[in-house]
Amino acid sequence: MNSILDLILRLDCWLLLAPLLPGIINKVKAWVAGRRGPPVLQLYYDLARLWKKGVVMSTLASPAFVILPAVTWVALLSAAMLMPLGPLGAGLTFRGDALLWLYLLALGRFCTAWAAMETGSAFEGMGTVREVSYAVLAEAALIAAVLTLSVQSGSISWVTMLGPPMGAGAALLAAGLFIVLLSENCRVPFDDPNTHLELTMIHEAMVLDHSGPPLAAILHGASMKLLLFTVLLVQAVLPMSQLKPLAAGAVLACGVLGVTVAVGLVESLLARFAFRRVPLLLTTAFLLCLFALLVAWKGGLA
Amino acid sequence: MSASTPFALLANSGSLPWAEVPAWPVADFIRACSTELGRGARLCSLFGVAEGEATQLVAVLAFDADSTLAVGRSTPMVGSFPSLTPNHPQAHLFEREVWEQHGLTPVGHPWLKPVRRTAGNAPANGEFFRVAGGEIHEVAVGPVHAGIIEPGHFRFQCAGEEVLHLEIALGYQHRGIEEALGGGPYRTTLMQMETVAGDSSIAHATAYVTLLEALAGSEAPLRAQWLRAIALELERLANHTGDLGALANDVAFLPTSSTCGKLRGDFLNLTALLCGNRFGRGLIRPGGSRHDLEPARAEEMLEKLLPALTDTAQAIAWLWDSSSVRSRFEGVGRVFAAQAAEIGLVGPAARACGLVRDVRYDHPAGWHRFAQSPVTVWPGGDVFARARVRSLEIQRSGEFLAGQLICPPEGELRDDLADPEPDTLAVALVEGWRGEVCHVALTDNAGRFRRYKITDPSFHNWSGLALALRGTAISDFPICNKSFNLSYCGFDL
Repeated sequence: MNSILDLILRLDCWLLLAPLLPGIINKVKAWVAGRRGPPVLQLYYDLARLWKKGVVMSTLASPAFVILPAVTWVALLSAAMLMPLGPLGAGLTFRGDALLWLYLLALGRFCTAWAAMETGSAFEGMGTVREVSYAVLAEAALIAAVLTLSVQSGSISWVTMLGPPMGAGAALLAAGLFIVLLSENCRVPFDDPNTHLELTMIHEAMVLDHSGPPLAAILHGASMKLLLFTVLLVQAVLPMSQLKPLAAGAVLACGVLGVTVAVGLVESLLARFAFRRVPLLLTTAFLLCLFALLVAWKGGLA
Repeated sequence: MSASTPFALLANSGSLPWAEVPAWPVADFIRACSTELGRGARLCSLFGVAEGEATQLVAVLAFDADSTLAVGRSTPMVGSFPSLTPNHPQAHLFEREVWEQHGLTPVGHPWLKPVRRTAGNAPANGEFFRVAGGEIHEVAVGPVHAGIIEPGHFRFQCAGEEVLHLEIALGYQHRGIEEALGGGPYRTTLMQMETVAGDSSIAHATAYVTLLEALAGSEAPLRAQWLRAIALELERLANHTGDLGALANDVAFLPTSSTCGKLRGDFLNLTALLCGNRFGRGLIRPGGSRHDLEPARAEEMLEKLLPALTDTAQAIAWLWDSSSVRSRFEGVGRVFAAQAAEIGLVGPAARACGLVRDVRYDHPAGWHRFAQSPVTVWPGGDVFARARVRSLEIQRSGEFLAGQLICPPEGELRDDLADPEPDTLAVALVEGWRGEVCHVALTDNAGRFRRYKITDPSFHNWSGLALALRGTAISDFPICNKSFNLSYCGFDL
């Protein structure tokens, strides 16, 4: 009975809190620009509105066009269940769950890319090509980060991997993971979530033809992914295992808020990069995570 | 150079009897044009004048170094004429237009297709240039765009992210302005002129009333000319500021983007302070001006102008201080100076390629004969250079206005205007914020318009955008497009 209650609470936490993050980012951007900005809860309103709308289907698209966004959403939610939440621990934990976590993210991306190709639009094809090209580099950095955590803890299960505090590599890992977070969640300087220009879009171009509930699933899934990466970044870097549960929860919440505000500040103060410079930045992220891995590995030997 | 030309010479905003415009058989006319273009003249306009079943071609050339315009024409002809385009690409759209409007075929034109002729409800775009090859993909954008902008179709030939070729098809906004002017001027003509390109209301209205004044053999009172110059610079300030904000927005640089949108409104409000309309509509009247700027309001304008200029300077400084912005602008969408001269670019786009080309300086008319500001030139021809020219012009327009507002000329606001002379040709060039606005009017024997030709700067510059895209990443199209910010309706007429 207790485990069912735990699961429900945990689901609520991920499902209900995730759409708050984009709202906070937009508020920070508006604040820096001196505007009032949209309400923090705007994404909730958008999701409610989209949920009530019908689906417009291209005559060229197969039913996969509607099914795949749902698959992506389920994959992301499952990945969220594997991620520990500070003192709460993970909803589901077993040896190698970190590997499954990586594959679930990849599955989500695969399904979004497939759905984008369904309508045969030039824009969506272009967006897909960009998304998967950059994902190759971003995934390398993410895998290096996961390896770092795995090597220093000697485990491939999130609960123990995120347990011990990081050593000197924490700063390297934080920087690397932050860049991966920006890239994986299509934020400036990699992508511009606010743009209306199809030719410059990456992620947005992939979902141009979606509408109604599938679009709501995509938007909600994207916000869950953002929360997922934020939670990972905070737990990988901040030592929380020695704290009392309540304090650890508070640290986690503050950390998530801090990272979200940092994303908003980056978006307010930095222009977006040209595509040809994106691989350079992602390679930097990979190298940062790689050096963190070296520190964890050699540091352990010494 | 102009001293030895066989063409008839006149100054900007001047007129001359139609009979004094030299006429040659068409082959000789084209050869004469080619010779003049070959030694540094610039093609301002080339159009046909119907003469019964036949057509006369008329060319208006500019000798910028001599501050002189030259006009020549062909004898009435039907059928075909040798194309200027292979040697002088700046003629290519004019020749397509002549072919479309008068059925004369430019023999040797490499890309003869409609400019704005409609087939059904949409322009007859014709075949697009296609690049063959398995790696090549084609991207079609428009005519309906994602933002609230005008309609136009862009066809990219790409290899991956790189654009090999861009072809631009316009005509979706063709309203038949030139056709509506035959037999004019009418009571509605001025209103139509103010909407040839809505963001260049002042420039087009000034060109039109200047033509009417030239045809009547008179000139507006100095005070009216002064007001027109002020309104023209306010229009430039508002549009340049808005465009720099839009450029910042397209690279997701929020500080400048959000500030410039507000500042553009400040400059528009100054125009509203002058005449009650933010775009300056209703200010300019044939023979003068409809509104005056009394000392009290001139002072109020200056008081509001100076802080707006300071804020704009700050917003633009953020743009130049940000290395992430500079790296987006530099080296993107390059047009070389030689290309710019060849295709006849005008306005800030030409000056950003290092060409010294500004009607206010080269062919001063109206108030610009008495008050000038330096020509803004920047080498490079990329998005950075175009943004840079815009920002420098904001400074200089600001200084010009600040200087002018404190020493207004005295005198009348408006004179009664005589009717246009019969059988007379007049030419007016105005440097709008986008570049050279060229209006040419020819009257019939009753003093009504026989032919009225409008050449918006966009007509010259769209080819420049297409060239800028070659070898550029397709994701950089929006910033290239915004750095030119050309008019669709000004082209489509």
